[in-house]
Amino acid sequence: MTGFFNTTVGMSYEWSWFLATIIGILVIALPLMLAVAMIIYADRKIWAAMALRRGPNVVGPFGLLQSFADGLKVFLQETIVPAAANRGLFLLAPIITFTVALIVWAVVPFQAGVVLADINVGLLYVLAASSLGVYGIILSGWASNSKYPFYSALRAAAQMVSYEVAIGFVLISVVLWAGSFNLSTIVLAQRAVWPIIPVNGFAFNPLLFPMAVVFLISALAETQRAPFDLTEAESELVAGYQTEYSSMSFALFWLGEYANVLLMCALNATLFWGGWLPPIDWAPLYVVPGIIWLFAKILFFFFVFSWIKATVPRYRYDQLMRLGWKIFLPLSLFWVFLVSGVLMFMRVGI
Amino acid sequence: MIQAIAFYLFAAVVILSGAMTISSRNPVHSVMWLILAFFNAAGLMVLVGAEFIAMLLVIVYVGAVAVLFLFVVMMLDIDFAELRAGVMRYAGIGLAVAVALAAEVIIAVGAWSAGTLDLTRRVAPIDPVVPNIQAIGNLLYSRYVFIFEAAGFVLLVAMIGAIVLTHRERSGVRGQNIARQVNRRPQDSTRNMQPPVGQGVSL
Repeated sequence: MTGFFNTTVGMSYEWSWFLATIIGILVIALPLMLAVAMIIYADRKIWAAMALRRGPNVVGPFGLLQSFADGLKVFLQETIVPAAANRGLFLLAPIITFTVALIVWAVVPFQAGVVLADINVGLLYVLAASSLGVYGIILSGWASNSKYPFYSALRAAAQMVSYEVAIGFVLISVVLWAGSFNLSTIVLAQRAVWPIIPVNGFAFNPLLFPMAVVFLISALAETQRAPFDLTEAESELVAGYQTEYSSMSFALFWLGEYANVLLMCALNATLFWGGWLPPIDWAPLYVVPGIIWLFAKILFFFFVFSWIKATVPRYRYDQLMRLGWKIFLPLSLFWVFLVSGVLMFMRVGI
Repeated sequence: MIQAIAFYLFAAVVILSGAMTISSRNPVHSVMWLILAFFNAAGLMVLVGAEFIAMLLVIVYVGAVAVLFLFVVMMLDIDFAELRAGVMRYAGIGLAVAVALAAEVIIAVGAWSAGTLDLTRRVAPIDPVVPNIQAIGNLLYSRYVFIFEAAGFVLLVAMIGAIVLTHRERSGVRGQNIARQVNRRPQDSTRNMQPPVGQGVSL
Protein backbone atom coordinates (compact mmCIF):
# COMPACT_ATOMS: atom_id res chain seq x y z
CA MET A 1 0.00 0.00 0.00
CA THR A 2 2.86 2.36 0.83
CA GLY A 3 4.38 1.49 -2.53
CA PHE A 4 1.11 2.29 -4.31
CA PHE A 5 0.88 5.81 -2.89
CA ASN A 6 4.59 6.36 -3.34
CA THR A 7 4.94 5.34 -7.01
CA THR A 8 1.46 5.48 -8.55
CA VAL A 9 0.08 8.56 -6.81
CA GLY A 10 3.52 10.14 -6.50
CA MET A 11 3.49 11.18 -2.85
CA SER A 12 6.66 11.32 -0.77
CA TYR A 13 7.56 8.09 1.02
CA GLU A 14 6.73 9.42 4.48
CA TRP A 15 3.26 10.66 3.63
CA SER A 16 2.39 7.58 1.62
CA TRP A 17 3.44 5.47 4.62
CA PHE A 18 1.30 7.67 6.86
CA LEU A 19 -1.76 7.39 4.62
CA ALA A 20 -1.28 3.63 4.18
CA THR A 21 -1.09 3.16 7.94
CA ILE A 22 -4.27 5.17 8.51
CA ILE A 23 -6.07 3.04 5.92
CA GLY A 24 -4.65 -0.11 7.53
CA ILE A 25 -5.99 0.97 10.92
CA LEU A 26 -9.45 1.52 9.45
CA VAL A 27 -9.32 -1.82 7.62
CA ILE A 28 -8.67 -3.57 10.94
CA ALA A 29 -10.78 -1.48 13.33
CA LEU A 30 -14.05 -1.23 11.38
CA PRO A 31 -14.51 -4.99 10.73
CA LEU A 32 -13.41 -5.55 14.35
CA MET A 33 -16.30 -3.40 15.59
CA LEU A 34 -18.70 -5.34 13.38
CA ALA A 35 -17.19 -8.60 14.66
CA VAL A 36 -17.65 -7.41 18.25
CA ALA A 37 -21.35 -6.72 17.57
CA MET A 38 -21.83 -10.19 16.10
CA ILE A 39 -19.75 -11.89 18.79
CA ILE A 40 -21.94 -10.37 21.52
CA TYR A 41 -24.91 -11.90 19.71
CA ALA A 42 -23.07 -15.24 19.43
CA ASP A 43 -22.17 -15.12 23.12
CA ARG A 44 -25.79 -14.60 24.12
CA LYS A 45 -26.97 -17.34 21.75
CA ILE A 46 -24.42 -19.89 23.02
CA TRP A 47 -25.16 -19.01 26.60
CA ALA A 48 -28.91 -19.31 25.97
CA ALA A 49 -28.54 -22.63 24.19
CA MET A 50 -26.62 -24.08 27.12
CA ALA A 51 -29.32 -22.87 29.49
CA LEU A 52 -32.05 -24.34 27.19
CA ARG A 53 -33.34 -20.89 26.30
CA ARG A 54 -33.83 -19.25 22.92
CA GLY A 55 -31.69 -16.17 23.41
CA PRO A 56 -32.20 -13.04 21.29
CA ASN A 57 -34.63 -13.94 18.48
CA VAL A 58 -36.84 -10.91 17.87
CA VAL A 59 -34.83 -8.22 16.06
CA GLY A 60 -34.06 -9.29 12.49
CA PRO A 61 -33.85 -12.89 11.22
CA PHE A 62 -32.84 -15.19 14.15
CA GLY A 63 -32.29 -12.03 16.20
CA LEU A 64 -29.16 -11.25 14.18
CA LEU A 65 -29.65 -7.50 14.49
CA GLN A 66 -30.02 -7.56 18.28
CA SER A 67 -26.59 -6.01 18.94
CA PHE A 68 -27.25 -3.20 16.48
CA ALA A 69 -30.60 -2.49 18.12
CA ASP A 70 -28.85 -2.37 21.50
CA GLY A 71 -26.19 -0.08 20.05
CA LEU A 72 -28.81 2.27 18.66
CA LYS A 73 -30.60 2.26 22.01
CA VAL A 74 -27.55 3.27 24.05
CA PHE A 75 -26.63 5.83 21.40
CA LEU A 76 -29.96 7.59 21.89
CA GLN A 77 -29.80 7.50 25.68
CA GLU A 78 -28.74 10.41 27.81
CA THR A 79 -25.21 10.35 29.25
CA ILE A 80 -25.56 10.75 33.00
CA VAL A 81 -22.52 11.83 34.97
CA PRO A 82 -23.04 11.54 38.75
CA ALA A 83 -22.78 14.91 40.52
CA ALA A 84 -20.06 13.69 42.91
CA ALA A 85 -18.03 12.05 40.13
CA ASN A 86 -14.70 13.36 38.93
CA ARG A 87 -16.02 14.40 35.54
CA GLY A 88 -12.88 14.34 33.39
CA LEU A 89 -11.56 10.98 34.57
CA PHE A 90 -15.08 9.52 34.62
CA LEU A 91 -15.42 10.16 30.89
CA LEU A 92 -11.79 9.26 30.15
CA ALA A 93 -11.99 5.76 31.70
CA PRO A 94 -14.20 4.03 29.07
CA ILE A 95 -12.18 5.68 26.31
CA ILE A 96 -8.99 4.17 27.75
CA THR A 97 -10.55 0.71 27.98
CA PHE A 98 -11.80 0.89 24.41
CA THR A 99 -8.58 2.28 22.93
CA VAL A 100 -6.36 -0.23 24.69
CA ALA A 101 -8.54 -3.06 23.40
CA LEU A 102 -7.99 -1.79 19.85
CA ILE A 103 -4.29 -0.89 19.77
CA VAL A 104 -2.99 -4.41 20.39
CA TRP A 105 -4.53 -5.58 17.09
CA ALA A 106 -1.78 -3.62 15.32
CA VAL A 107 0.70 -6.47 15.82
CA VAL A 108 -1.58 -9.49 15.26
CA PRO A 109 -0.56 -11.21 12.01
CA PHE A 110 -3.62 -12.15 9.92
CA GLN A 111 -1.75 -13.96 7.18
CA ALA A 112 1.80 -14.31 5.89
CA GLY A 113 2.99 -10.71 5.73
CA VAL A 114 -0.44 -9.23 6.48
CA VAL A 115 0.12 -7.29 9.69
CA LEU A 116 -0.18 -3.59 10.38
CA ALA A 117 3.05 -3.22 12.38
CA ASP A 118 5.58 -6.01 11.86
CA ILE A 119 7.82 -4.88 14.73
CA ASN A 120 10.53 -7.02 16.29
CA VAL A 121 9.26 -6.36 19.82
CA GLY A 122 5.70 -7.44 18.95
CA LEU A 123 5.08 -9.58 22.01
CA LEU A 124 6.49 -6.93 24.34
CA TYR A 125 4.12 -4.46 22.70
CA VAL A 126 1.24 -6.84 23.47
CA LEU A 127 2.34 -7.02 27.12
CA ALA A 128 2.80 -3.25 27.32
CA ALA A 129 -0.59 -2.47 25.82
CA SER A 130 -2.47 -5.09 27.83
CA SER A 131 -0.92 -3.77 31.04
CA LEU A 132 -2.67 -0.47 30.27
CA GLY A 133 -6.08 -2.10 30.32
CA VAL A 134 -6.25 -1.96 34.10
CA TYR A 135 -6.27 1.87 34.08
CA GLY A 136 -9.69 2.11 32.48
CA ILE A 137 -11.17 0.02 35.27
CA ILE A 138 -9.29 1.60 38.19
CA LEU A 139 -10.14 5.08 36.97
CA SER A 140 -13.80 4.31 36.39
CA GLY A 141 -14.01 2.88 39.91
CA TRP A 142 -12.32 5.85 41.52
CA ALA A 143 -13.92 8.58 39.43
CA SER A 144 -17.45 7.25 39.99
CA ASN A 145 -17.07 8.21 43.66
CA SER A 146 -19.34 5.40 44.70
CA LYS A 147 -18.89 2.30 46.87
CA TYR A 148 -19.44 -0.61 44.51
CA PRO A 149 -17.36 0.69 41.59
CA PHE A 150 -14.53 1.39 44.03
CA TYR A 151 -14.55 -2.14 45.42
CA SER A 152 -14.67 -3.44 41.89
CA ALA A 153 -11.71 -1.29 40.87
CA LEU A 154 -9.64 -2.61 43.77
CA ARG A 155 -10.50 -6.18 42.84
CA ALA A 156 -9.75 -5.58 39.17
CA ALA A 157 -6.38 -3.99 39.87
CA ALA A 158 -5.22 -6.87 42.07
CA GLN A 159 -6.58 -9.47 39.65
CA MET A 160 -5.07 -8.06 36.48
CA VAL A 161 -1.67 -7.37 38.02
CA SER A 162 -1.53 -10.92 39.46
CA TYR A 163 -2.37 -12.70 36.25
CA GLU A 164 -0.15 -10.48 34.12
CA VAL A 165 2.84 -11.96 35.95
CA ALA A 166 1.84 -15.51 34.98
CA ILE A 167 1.08 -14.42 31.40
CA GLY A 168 4.50 -12.78 31.19
CA PHE A 169 6.28 -16.01 32.14
CA VAL A 170 4.14 -18.06 29.73
CA LEU A 171 5.04 -15.66 26.94
CA ILE A 172 8.72 -15.96 27.84
CA SER A 173 8.64 -19.74 27.42
CA VAL A 174 7.00 -19.28 23.99
CA VAL A 175 9.59 -16.67 23.03
CA LEU A 176 12.40 -18.98 24.15
CA TRP A 177 11.10 -21.77 21.96
CA ALA A 178 10.42 -19.57 18.93
CA GLY A 179 13.57 -17.51 19.36
CA SER A 180 11.86 -14.23 18.53
CA PHE A 181 9.53 -11.56 19.89
CA ASN A 182 8.02 -10.99 16.46
CA LEU A 183 4.56 -12.56 16.23
CA SER A 184 4.92 -13.52 12.54
CA THR A 185 8.17 -15.33 13.30
CA ILE A 186 6.51 -17.07 16.25
CA VAL A 187 3.72 -18.30 13.95
CA LEU A 188 6.22 -19.59 11.39
CA ALA A 189 8.22 -21.32 14.13
CA GLN A 190 5.15 -23.46 14.89
CA ARG A 191 5.23 -25.22 11.54
CA ALA A 192 5.34 -29.02 11.80
CA VAL A 193 6.30 -29.47 15.43
CA TRP A 194 6.08 -33.27 15.13
CA PRO A 195 8.18 -35.22 12.63
CA ILE A 196 5.63 -37.97 11.75
CA ILE A 197 2.27 -36.17 11.86
CA PRO A 198 3.26 -32.61 10.99
CA VAL A 199 0.83 -30.62 13.15
CA ASN A 200 1.22 -26.85 13.38
CA GLY A 201 1.17 -25.26 16.82
CA PHE A 202 3.23 -25.06 19.97
CA ALA A 203 0.36 -26.56 21.94
CA PHE A 204 1.06 -29.93 20.30
CA ASN A 205 4.50 -29.78 21.85
CA PRO A 206 4.10 -31.68 25.15
CA LEU A 207 6.54 -29.32 26.82
CA LEU A 208 4.53 -26.22 25.91
CA PHE A 209 1.01 -27.64 26.22
CA PRO A 210 0.72 -26.91 30.00
CA MET A 211 1.65 -23.32 29.22
CA ALA A 212 -1.15 -23.17 26.63
CA VAL A 213 -3.60 -24.20 29.36
CA VAL A 214 -2.18 -21.67 31.82
CA PHE A 215 -2.42 -18.98 29.15
CA LEU A 216 -6.06 -19.81 28.36
CA ILE A 217 -7.06 -19.60 32.04
CA SER A 218 -5.01 -16.46 32.62
CA ALA A 219 -6.63 -14.92 29.54
CA LEU A 220 -10.03 -15.55 31.14
CA ALA A 221 -8.83 -13.81 34.30
CA GLU A 222 -7.22 -10.97 32.37
CA THR A 223 -10.41 -10.20 30.42
CA GLN A 224 -12.57 -10.68 33.53
CA ARG A 225 -14.75 -13.31 31.98
CA ALA A 226 -16.59 -15.89 34.03
CA PRO A 227 -15.51 -17.70 36.24
CA PHE A 228 -13.22 -14.77 37.14
CA ASP A 229 -15.77 -11.97 36.68
CA LEU A 230 -15.53 -10.84 40.29
CA THR A 231 -15.16 -7.24 39.22
CA GLU A 232 -18.75 -7.19 38.01
CA ALA A 233 -20.19 -9.84 40.29
CA GLU A 234 -23.82 -8.77 40.22
CA SER A 235 -24.73 -10.52 43.47
CA GLU A 236 -22.14 -8.51 45.39
CA LEU A 237 -21.28 -5.35 43.46
CA VAL A 238 -24.35 -4.49 41.32
CA ALA A 239 -22.44 -4.09 38.03
CA GLY A 240 -19.00 -3.36 39.47
CA TYR A 241 -17.08 -0.53 37.87
CA GLN A 242 -19.85 0.03 35.29
CA THR A 243 -22.52 0.77 37.89
CA GLU A 244 -22.58 4.55 37.43
CA TYR A 245 -22.18 4.48 33.64
CA SER A 246 -24.92 4.97 31.10
CA SER A 247 -25.41 5.35 27.35
CA MET A 248 -22.30 5.59 25.13
CA SER A 249 -19.75 5.53 27.96
CA PHE A 250 -21.28 2.22 29.05
CA ALA A 251 -21.26 0.96 25.47
CA LEU A 252 -17.56 1.77 25.15
CA PHE A 253 -16.84 -0.47 28.14
CA TRP A 254 -18.97 -3.15 26.58
CA LEU A 255 -17.24 -2.94 23.19
CA GLY A 256 -13.80 -2.75 24.77
CA GLU A 257 -14.48 -5.82 26.88
CA TYR A 258 -15.52 -7.94 23.91
CA ALA A 259 -12.72 -6.59 21.71
CA ASN A 260 -10.36 -7.69 24.48
CA VAL A 261 -11.94 -11.15 24.58
CA LEU A 262 -11.51 -11.48 20.81
CA LEU A 263 -7.93 -10.31 21.15
CA MET A 264 -7.17 -12.91 23.80
CA CYS A 265 -8.69 -15.60 21.54
CA ALA A 266 -6.50 -14.34 18.69
CA LEU A 267 -3.40 -14.41 20.90
CA ASN A 268 -4.25 -17.93 22.02
CA ALA A 269 -4.52 -18.99 18.39
CA THR A 270 -1.37 -17.11 17.36
CA LEU A 271 0.92 -18.14 20.19
CA PHE A 272 -0.06 -21.75 20.72
CA TRP A 273 -2.26 -23.09 17.92
CA GLY A 274 -0.40 -22.00 14.81
CA GLY A 275 -2.07 -18.66 14.05
CA TRP A 276 -2.84 -18.42 10.34
CA LEU A 277 -1.26 -21.80 9.59
CA PRO A 278 -3.66 -24.69 8.98
CA PRO A 279 -3.78 -27.25 11.81
CA ILE A 280 -1.76 -29.81 9.82
CA ASP A 281 1.24 -29.02 7.66
CA TRP A 282 -0.18 -30.58 4.51
CA ALA A 283 -0.03 -28.77 1.15
CA PRO A 284 -3.77 -28.93 0.11
CA LEU A 285 -4.75 -27.22 3.37
CA TYR A 286 -2.67 -24.17 2.42
CA VAL A 287 -5.13 -23.49 -0.43
CA VAL A 288 -7.49 -22.04 2.15
CA PRO A 289 -6.29 -18.50 2.93
CA GLY A 290 -4.53 -18.16 6.28
CA ILE A 291 -6.97 -15.54 7.50
CA ILE A 292 -9.79 -18.12 7.36
CA TRP A 293 -7.78 -20.50 9.55
CA LEU A 294 -7.05 -17.71 11.99
CA PHE A 295 -10.73 -16.70 12.16
CA ALA A 296 -11.78 -20.33 12.64
CA LYS A 297 -9.36 -20.63 15.55
CA ILE A 298 -10.51 -17.32 17.07
CA LEU A 299 -14.14 -18.43 16.83
CA PHE A 300 -13.31 -21.80 18.37
CA PHE A 301 -11.64 -20.14 21.34
CA PHE A 302 -14.51 -17.70 21.65
CA PHE A 303 -16.84 -20.68 21.83
CA VAL A 304 -14.65 -22.11 24.60
CA PHE A 305 -14.88 -18.78 26.46
CA SER A 306 -18.70 -18.75 26.16
CA TRP A 307 -18.87 -22.41 27.12
CA ILE A 308 -16.90 -21.72 30.29
CA LYS A 309 -19.09 -18.72 31.03
CA ALA A 310 -22.22 -20.83 30.70
CA THR A 311 -21.03 -23.77 32.81
CA VAL A 312 -18.52 -22.76 35.49
CA PRO A 313 -19.60 -21.03 38.73
CA ARG A 314 -17.79 -17.90 39.85
CA TYR A 315 -14.58 -18.21 41.88
CA ARG A 316 -14.26 -16.84 45.37
CA TYR A 317 -11.76 -13.98 45.55
CA ASP A 318 -9.23 -15.79 47.75
CA GLN A 319 -9.37 -18.78 45.38
CA LEU A 320 -8.64 -16.44 42.48
CA MET A 321 -5.59 -14.98 44.22
CA ARG A 322 -4.44 -18.44 45.29
CA LEU A 323 -4.65 -19.73 41.72
CA GLY A 324 -2.71 -16.76 40.37
CA TRP A 325 0.06 -16.44 42.93
CA LYS A 326 0.44 -19.89 44.45
CA ILE A 327 -0.17 -22.11 41.43
CA PHE A 328 0.32 -20.30 38.13
CA LEU A 329 3.25 -18.13 39.14
CA PRO A 330 5.48 -20.96 40.50
CA LEU A 331 4.37 -23.29 37.69
CA SER A 332 5.12 -20.84 34.88
CA LEU A 333 8.37 -19.74 36.51
CA PHE A 334 9.49 -23.35 36.78
CA TRP A 335 8.44 -23.88 33.17
CA VAL A 336 10.64 -21.03 31.95
CA PHE A 337 13.52 -22.79 33.71
CA LEU A 338 12.52 -26.17 32.24
CA VAL A 339 12.04 -24.89 28.68
CA SER A 340 15.33 -23.00 28.67
CA GLY A 341 17.06 -26.10 30.07
CA VAL A 342 15.63 -28.34 27.37
CA LEU A 343 16.53 -25.81 24.68
CA MET A 344 20.05 -25.58 26.05
CA PHE A 345 20.33 -29.36 25.90
CA MET A 346 18.84 -29.62 22.39
CA ARG A 347 20.44 -26.72 20.58
CA VAL A 348 23.67 -25.92 22.36
CA GLY A 349 24.61 -29.20 24.04
CA ILE A 350 25.74 -29.28 27.64
CA MET B 1 8.82 15.46 8.39
CA ILE B 2 6.54 13.06 10.24
CA GLN B 3 9.40 12.19 12.59
CA ALA B 4 9.94 15.86 13.36
CA ILE B 5 6.22 16.36 14.02
CA ALA B 6 6.14 13.26 16.20
CA PHE B 7 9.23 14.40 18.11
CA TYR B 8 7.85 17.84 18.87
CA LEU B 9 4.47 16.34 19.80
CA PHE B 10 5.97 13.78 22.20
CA ALA B 11 8.46 16.25 23.66
CA ALA B 12 5.84 18.94 24.21
CA VAL B 13 3.47 16.48 25.88
CA VAL B 14 6.27 15.12 28.11
CA ILE B 15 7.14 18.62 29.34
CA LEU B 16 3.52 19.66 29.73
CA SER B 17 2.50 16.53 31.62
CA GLY B 18 5.62 16.73 33.76
CA ALA B 19 4.63 20.24 34.76
CA MET B 20 1.05 19.16 35.38
CA THR B 21 2.27 16.23 37.54
CA ILE B 22 3.74 18.57 40.11
CA SER B 23 1.19 21.35 39.81
CA SER B 24 -2.17 19.57 39.81
CA ARG B 25 -4.04 19.67 43.12
CA ASN B 26 -5.51 16.20 43.03
CA PRO B 27 -2.91 13.43 43.56
CA VAL B 28 -4.82 11.00 41.33
CA HIS B 29 -4.63 13.55 38.51
CA SER B 30 -0.89 13.83 39.23
CA VAL B 31 -0.44 10.10 38.75
CA MET B 32 -2.38 10.23 35.49
CA TRP B 33 -0.19 13.06 34.19
CA LEU B 34 2.87 11.06 35.25
CA ILE B 35 1.61 8.09 33.24
CA LEU B 36 1.13 10.35 30.23
CA ALA B 37 4.70 11.59 30.66
CA PHE B 38 6.04 8.00 30.80
CA PHE B 39 4.07 7.12 27.72
CA ASN B 40 5.37 10.00 25.65
CA ALA B 41 8.91 9.37 26.88
CA ALA B 42 8.49 5.85 25.51
CA GLY B 43 7.40 7.44 22.21
CA LEU B 44 10.60 9.51 22.17
CA MET B 45 12.66 6.37 22.77
CA VAL B 46 10.99 4.63 19.84
CA LEU B 47 11.92 7.64 17.70
CA VAL B 48 15.63 7.29 18.53
CA GLY B 49 15.46 3.55 17.76
CA ALA B 50 15.49 2.16 21.30
CA GLU B 51 12.23 0.23 20.95
CA PHE B 52 13.15 -2.40 23.55
CA ILE B 53 13.77 0.18 26.28
CA ALA B 54 10.57 1.96 25.26
CA MET B 55 8.51 -1.22 25.69
CA LEU B 56 10.19 -1.95 29.03
CA LEU B 57 9.43 1.59 30.18
CA VAL B 58 5.75 1.08 29.42
CA ILE B 59 5.57 -2.45 30.89
CA VAL B 60 7.50 -1.72 34.09
CA TYR B 61 6.64 1.88 34.88
CA VAL B 62 3.20 2.33 33.37
CA GLY B 63 2.02 -1.25 33.81
CA ALA B 64 3.31 -1.97 37.31
CA VAL B 65 4.85 0.95 39.20
CA ALA B 66 2.23 3.54 38.30
CA VAL B 67 -0.58 1.08 39.08
CA LEU B 68 0.83 0.77 42.60
CA PHE B 69 1.12 4.57 42.86
CA LEU B 70 -2.46 4.95 41.74
CA PHE B 71 -3.56 2.22 44.13
CA VAL B 72 -1.99 3.99 47.11
CA VAL B 73 -2.93 7.52 46.11
CA MET B 74 -6.52 6.52 45.35
CA MET B 75 -7.07 5.42 48.93
CA LEU B 76 -5.43 8.43 50.56
CA ASP B 77 -7.63 10.79 52.48
CA ILE B 78 -5.71 13.97 51.93
CA ASP B 79 -6.14 17.24 53.74
CA PHE B 80 -4.93 19.78 51.19
CA ALA B 81 -4.59 22.63 53.69
CA GLU B 82 -2.23 20.55 55.78
CA LEU B 83 -0.18 19.67 52.71
CA ARG B 84 0.25 23.28 51.74
CA ALA B 85 1.36 24.25 55.24
CA GLY B 86 4.68 22.42 54.80
CA VAL B 87 5.69 24.23 51.61
CA MET B 88 7.92 26.85 53.21
CA ARG B 89 9.70 24.29 55.37
CA TYR B 90 10.94 22.35 52.35
CA ALA B 91 11.51 25.38 50.12
CA GLY B 92 15.25 25.41 50.81
CA ILE B 93 15.78 21.74 49.89
CA GLY B 94 13.55 22.11 46.82
CA LEU B 95 15.52 25.13 45.67
CA ALA B 96 18.82 23.26 46.12
CA VAL B 97 17.57 20.32 44.03
CA ALA B 98 16.32 22.70 41.34
CA VAL B 99 19.68 24.50 41.19
CA ALA B 100 21.56 21.18 40.95
CA LEU B 101 19.30 19.96 38.12
CA ALA B 102 19.61 23.24 36.23
CA ALA B 103 23.41 23.10 36.57
CA GLU B 104 23.46 19.54 35.25
CA VAL B 105 21.34 20.49 32.24
CA ILE B 106 23.63 23.43 31.47
CA ILE B 107 26.77 21.28 31.79
CA ALA B 108 25.25 18.53 29.60
CA VAL B 109 24.26 20.98 26.86
CA GLY B 110 27.69 22.58 27.09
CA ALA B 111 29.48 19.25 26.73
CA TRP B 112 27.26 18.27 23.83
CA SER B 113 27.73 21.53 21.95
CA ALA B 114 31.50 21.44 22.49
CA GLY B 115 31.80 18.75 19.83
CA THR B 116 30.11 15.62 18.57
CA LEU B 117 30.66 12.43 20.52
CA ASP B 118 32.66 9.74 18.78
CA LEU B 119 30.14 6.91 18.99
CA THR B 120 32.49 4.28 17.56
CA ARG B 121 34.91 4.64 20.45
CA ARG B 122 32.56 3.70 23.26
CA VAL B 123 33.14 0.72 25.55
CA ALA B 124 30.68 -1.52 23.73
CA PRO B 125 30.19 -0.44 20.12
CA ILE B 126 26.79 -1.39 18.70
CA ASP B 127 26.32 -3.08 15.38
CA PRO B 128 23.56 -1.01 13.74
CA VAL B 129 22.10 -4.07 11.97
CA VAL B 130 21.51 -6.18 15.10
CA PRO B 131 18.12 -5.51 16.69
CA ASN B 132 17.96 -3.82 20.06
CA ILE B 133 17.02 -6.87 22.11
CA GLN B 134 19.85 -8.98 20.74
CA ALA B 135 22.41 -6.22 21.20
CA ILE B 136 21.38 -5.67 24.82
CA GLY B 137 21.18 -9.42 25.50
CA ASN B 138 24.60 -10.09 24.02
CA LEU B 139 26.18 -7.45 26.22
CA LEU B 140 24.19 -8.12 29.36
CA TYR B 141 24.83 -11.84 29.45
CA SER B 142 28.48 -11.74 28.44
CA ARG B 143 30.44 -8.66 29.42
CA TYR B 144 28.16 -7.46 32.24
CA VAL B 145 26.89 -10.81 33.49
CA PHE B 146 28.29 -10.43 37.03
CA ILE B 147 26.94 -6.91 37.42
CA PHE B 148 23.61 -8.15 36.11
CA GLU B 149 23.55 -11.00 38.62
CA ALA B 150 24.56 -8.64 41.42
CA ALA B 151 21.67 -6.33 40.50
CA GLY B 152 19.37 -9.34 40.63
CA PHE B 153 20.63 -10.22 44.11
CA VAL B 154 20.13 -6.65 45.32
CA LEU B 155 16.54 -6.75 44.12
CA LEU B 156 15.98 -10.17 45.72
CA VAL B 157 17.34 -8.90 49.04
CA ALA B 158 15.10 -5.84 48.80
CA MET B 159 12.08 -8.04 48.09
CA ILE B 160 12.79 -10.40 50.99
CA GLY B 161 13.45 -7.41 53.24
CA ALA B 162 10.12 -5.83 52.31
CA ILE B 163 8.30 -9.09 53.02
CA VAL B 164 10.05 -9.58 56.36
CA LEU B 165 9.35 -6.01 57.44
CA THR B 166 5.67 -6.00 56.53
CA HIS B 167 4.69 -9.58 57.26
CA ARG B 168 3.12 -10.17 60.67
CA GLU B 169 1.36 -13.18 62.09
CA ARG B 170 -2.09 -12.24 63.22
CA SER B 171 -3.82 -14.39 65.78
CA GLY B 172 -7.51 -15.12 65.75
CA VAL B 173 -7.78 -15.19 61.95
CA ARG B 174 -9.66 -18.07 60.43
CA GLY B 175 -7.89 -18.79 57.18
CA GLN B 176 -9.24 -20.85 54.30
CA ASN B 177 -8.13 -24.47 54.34
CA ILE B 178 -8.38 -25.31 50.66
CA ALA B 179 -7.49 -28.99 51.03
CA ARG B 180 -10.28 -29.50 53.56
CA GLN B 181 -12.78 -27.69 51.33
CA VAL B 182 -11.86 -29.82 48.35
CA ASN B 183 -12.01 -33.09 50.30
CA ARG B 184 -15.45 -32.39 51.73
CA ARG B 185 -18.07 -34.89 50.51
CA PRO B 186 -21.89 -34.61 50.50
CA GLN B 187 -22.30 -37.67 52.73
CA ASP B 188 -20.09 -36.12 55.42
CA SER B 189 -22.04 -32.91 55.67
CA THR B 190 -25.69 -33.89 55.10
CA ARG B 191 -27.95 -36.53 56.61
CA ASN B 192 -31.30 -37.77 55.36
CA MET B 193 -33.79 -38.23 58.20
CA GLN B 194 -37.38 -39.39 58.31
CA PRO B 195 -38.59 -37.98 61.63
CA PRO B 196 -41.94 -39.09 63.05
CA VAL B 197 -44.57 -36.36 62.77
CA GLY B 198 -44.51 -33.91 65.68
CA GLN B 199 -41.16 -35.02 67.14
CA GLY B 200 -38.50 -33.42 64.98
CA VAL B 201 -34.86 -34.49 65.01
CA SER B 202 -32.04 -34.14 67.48
CA LEU B 203 -28.91 -32.74 65.85
